[in-house]
Amino acid sequence: MSYFKLSFRMLRRDWRAGELNVLVFALVIAISGLTTVGFFADRVEMALARESNQLLGADLLVISSQPLPEHYADKARQLGLTVSSVTKFPSMISNGDNNLLTEIKAVTEGYPLRGRVHLASRSSKNLMSQPQIQAATGIPQPGTIWVDEKVMTRLDLKGGDVVDVGATQLTVAELVVREPDHSVGFINMGPRVMMNAVDLPETELIQQGSRISYNLLVAGDVKGVQQFRDWAKTQLTKAQRTEGIRDARPEIKAALERAEKFLSLAALASVVLAAAAIALAVRRFTQRHLDGCAVMRSLGASQQQLFRLYLYYFIALGVIASSIGCLIGFAAQEILTHWLTGLVDTALPWPTWLPALHGLLVGLVLLVGFALPPVLNLRSVPALRVLRRDIGLSNAHSMAGYLLGLAALSLLFIWKAQDLKLGLYIVAGFISAIAIFSGLGWLLIKILSSLRHQAGGAWRYGLASIRRRAASSVLQAVALGLGLMALLVLTLIQDDLIEDWHASLPPNAPNHFLVNIQADQLEPLEEFFQQYAIEHPPMFPMIRGRLIKINGKNVSPEDYANDPHAERHIRREFNLSWADRLALDNQVVQGSWWKEDTREAVLSIEEGIAKTIGVKLGDELTYDIAGSHFSARITNVRKVDWDTFRVNFFVVVPPGLLENYPVSYITSFYVPPTEVAMIHELVRTFPNILVVDVAVVINQVQQMIRQVSQAIEFVFLFTMLAGFAVLYAAIASTQDERIYEAAIFRALGARREQLSRAWAAEFVILGGLSGLFASAGASALGYVIGKHVLHLDYTFNPWIWLVGTAAGVIGVLVAGLLGTRSALSSPPLLTLRKIG
Amino acid sequence: MLDHLVKQPILWTQALTKQVNTGDKQLTILQDIDLQVNAGEAVAIIGASGSGKSTLLGLLAGLDLPTSGKVQLDDIDIFTLDEDSRAALRGKILGFVFQSFQLLPALTAIENVMLPLELTAAGNAEATARRLLDRVGLAMRLHHYPKQLSGGEQQRVAIARAFATDPKLLLADEPTGNLDSATGIQIIELMFELNREHGTTLVLVTHDEALSQRCSRQIRLADGKLVK
Repeated sequence: MSYFKLSFRMLRRDWRAGELNVLVFALVIAISGLTTVGFFADRVEMALARESNQLLGADLLVISSQPLPEHYADKARQLGLTVSSVTKFPSMISNGDNNLLTEIKAVTEGYPLRGRVHLASRSSKNLMSQPQIQAATGIPQPGTIWVDEKVMTRLDLKGGDVVDVGATQLTVAELVVREPDHSVGFINMGPRVMMNAVDLPETELIQQGSRISYNLLVAGDVKGVQQFRDWAKTQLTKAQRTEGIRDARPEIKAALERAEKFLSLAALASVVLAAAAIALAVRRFTQRHLDGCAVMRSLGASQQQLFRLYLYYFIALGVIASSIGCLIGFAAQEILTHWLTGLVDTALPWPTWLPALHGLLVGLVLLVGFALPPVLNLRSVPALRVLRRDIGLSNAHSMAGYLLGLAALSLLFIWKAQDLKLGLYIVAGFISAIAIFSGLGWLLIKILSSLRHQAGGAWRYGLASIRRRAASSVLQAVALGLGLMALLVLTLIQDDLIEDWHASLPPNAPNHFLVNIQADQLEPLEEFFQQYAIEHPPMFPMIRGRLIKINGKNVSPEDYANDPHAERHIRREFNLSWADRLALDNQVVQGSWWKEDTREAVLSIEEGIAKTIGVKLGDELTYDIAGSHFSARITNVRKVDWDTFRVNFFVVVPPGLLENYPVSYITSFYVPPTEVAMIHELVRTFPNILVVDVAVVINQVQQMIRQVSQAIEFVFLFTMLAGFAVLYAAIASTQDERIYEAAIFRALGARREQLSRAWAAEFVILGGLSGLFASAGASALGYVIGKHVLHLDYTFNPWIWLVGTAAGVIGVLVAGLLGTRSALSSPPLLTLRKIG
Repeated sequence: MLDHLVKQPILWTQALTKQVNTGDKQLTILQDIDLQVNAGEAVAIIGASGSGKSTLLGLLAGLDLPTSGKVQLDDIDIFTLDEDSRAALRGKILGFVFQSFQLLPALTAIENVMLPLELTAAGNAEATARRLLDRVGLAMRLHHYPKQLSGGEQQRVAIARAFATDPKLLLADEPTGNLDSATGIQIIELMFELNREHGTTLVLVTHDEALSQRCSRQIRLADGKLVK
């Protein structure tokens, strides 16, 4: 029987005897909450990545301006990947006298490898009715083409019409509603035609000098794709490049990120609560292990030996409890994802094991950090206790013992917040809350007990016993206060968050964008809107320019070869705009907005893009706009809420600087679903204007907000349970003393009712103290988190003081009286014998 | 033949004094105790409750620290050692029998007996424990937990545990205090038998005059002083 075995035996016996109930319960709840969110976030993240690949139509593209050599496709197949190819080029197509410049896409079997092409079903080619949308099962048959709505409208086509494509004639077979590799932005959204690559030679459109993009689509398992990418890098010529994941819709990503942040906070709150419960529960644990330790000391056990004994004990306990937590977390996230189906278009992939590993680690850190240090005091238990029972541990609940736990928890927060500053904020808040609560608690207990001579019966006794147990009373009040604080903060933020979200996307949020409006169309467009009784939406000027210099130094896409995201931004043209005032949903985070009549060459850049391309306040950016150069200095950096669906720009300059460059206008507005006809009329009247319908995306986000609100409530359940664990632990921590006390009092003739009244008084004082602490803490923390983490405007809620204090008093009173019922009802003699 | 053994003191104290602070004044629990216990002796320390006998036992075992004076155990001045070294010394040369048995509830009878052997990393722990439990009449109770045993049986396990490391000195603190008189007599018989078999020196603390008469010598304590 080694120490290891001895540890296990002790563990097994304590577990069976229910000695570990509180510790295990707290740990299991915390880890389940954490892993639920972890698994869920993991799956959503993977789904988003996969959805991004749908935007590409593949996992990886090889793009070339020359026909791609066969060995690319061969290599991909060799690696077990599926391949397909797309040839894209612009060309005129015509229906009789009507000509239209379109983007033609010739595809081969298998296209697209990721995502689906969605078609309006055959029966509903009538554009005025709501089409039935179906996923396509293949690619266009040879001799046919699939076209989008713009082609249909502008060439005045219907199903079965024959159009001229180069030297050949092809039949219009289907109307494409959505295709995966459709550009996400507002550019390159010309009319689109899809044809079978077999027909390509007959069109005679593929000629020397024509602008053609040859794409090889590759998809398969992550490892294979990575291998192919690595291999391809060594093969690429100047005319060839690869393209990987594109960003998922930024507005959905932004909303999900915010949800994830909140869910993590809720899960972390349950971790804090668990820490408090463990800190409380461990007190009783040490009391109960005093005897065993004293015996082992008297039998010659060294401190080192006892240390190892308890270290193994707690590691085993931590692993077991955390594993249970992980299992529950896994089951819970299944429920969660079941609720949230449709959150992302793709089926959610299976989560990785990483969240479980995190859960296990956090569980061990919690237990070892908060339970082990006080328990380690056990090794210095005076061996004399074997002779004299009244000798206990002098420093059994010294605050110093919890320092290791606090340090561990702080690191956990910093890690989870993914943000050193935020993490430090939380940690500092946490530690100062404990310090202030303890100090105040101590003081209040001192003041209250000096008043006890004025108080009547039950109150006097209640105050006396709080004073007698001053250290553990303070510990109880602090732990309960922290627990209640976490719950209050979450409730507050949860309501605010959900309200704020719903407000950010009201039912009449803009669902259509108009792009490429010409200056001379502004007035006719206004009249058009009046005709349909739609309020004239604001028009934003838009100038397209390519970033060519940063601080006078030339930049090229090759400079960003390591960051495909940045490379893409440099390769493409930026949309610039001008404005005299900061948009409502924007926020300057660095520098300051310009004065209204400034003539300086300055600009405002969005935070994310600035980070991506690596520029900062004071840098000078030079754009090539239609052949001439425009330079301006960054004087402020903006934060943009992309999930509001309003028109926003990466780069904005003051009015008067860009007016001489070619400008078009962009706007967004709401069209009720019943008014689809208006959009068709608009397309007919202003053929050059691009209409972008984001109703689908808006619906998706609104749906998501509803679902995520549910998810938040679900995760909140874990936090509530963890709160109960704290309450339970707080009551249980003084249970032994109370049973003994009750026995003596009853032996002396006290009635049960007298005792329970005295205890009730004690619980009311304890609950009131912790409620006050919690209200104060929650007001401060709610403000900080709301402002700095979730970016919500938080208003102080005076009700919190009432609710917090009432919740503290009622919660502790009810739990306390329930918890001490058994202490009251056990026969005094039995108790005295057992303990004495 | 036993002469050289008898003259060899295994335990002696010099001016052993223990005082405690009770707020405003100092309370003397033991004062200038000088005693000597020779190897092979059985010594009873007797006195009324509060006479300081348990405190004396605690000091003799190095479980507590004196205010002044010294205790020499097997030629080692135990208060020059730190607590861990004293624990190791206890594990090597001392055995304990307590009034309240002090078995570990998580361990079975045999595991409780094996515990001191394992703490000192002695070999053959299981065989030794088995033999001793057999000797105290608990061969059929090896794998029972303390709470499944009667008080007398628990004290037998405790006695087996005390002899497991073959200690030079056995310290017993009111070993019958929690037992009825019939069981108490059996336990005392057993303890003295084992004491003889192992040639162990015994120091027994009791307030029971009859029990103390079974020892070869009696040391009487009153108000923290030796009564000659």
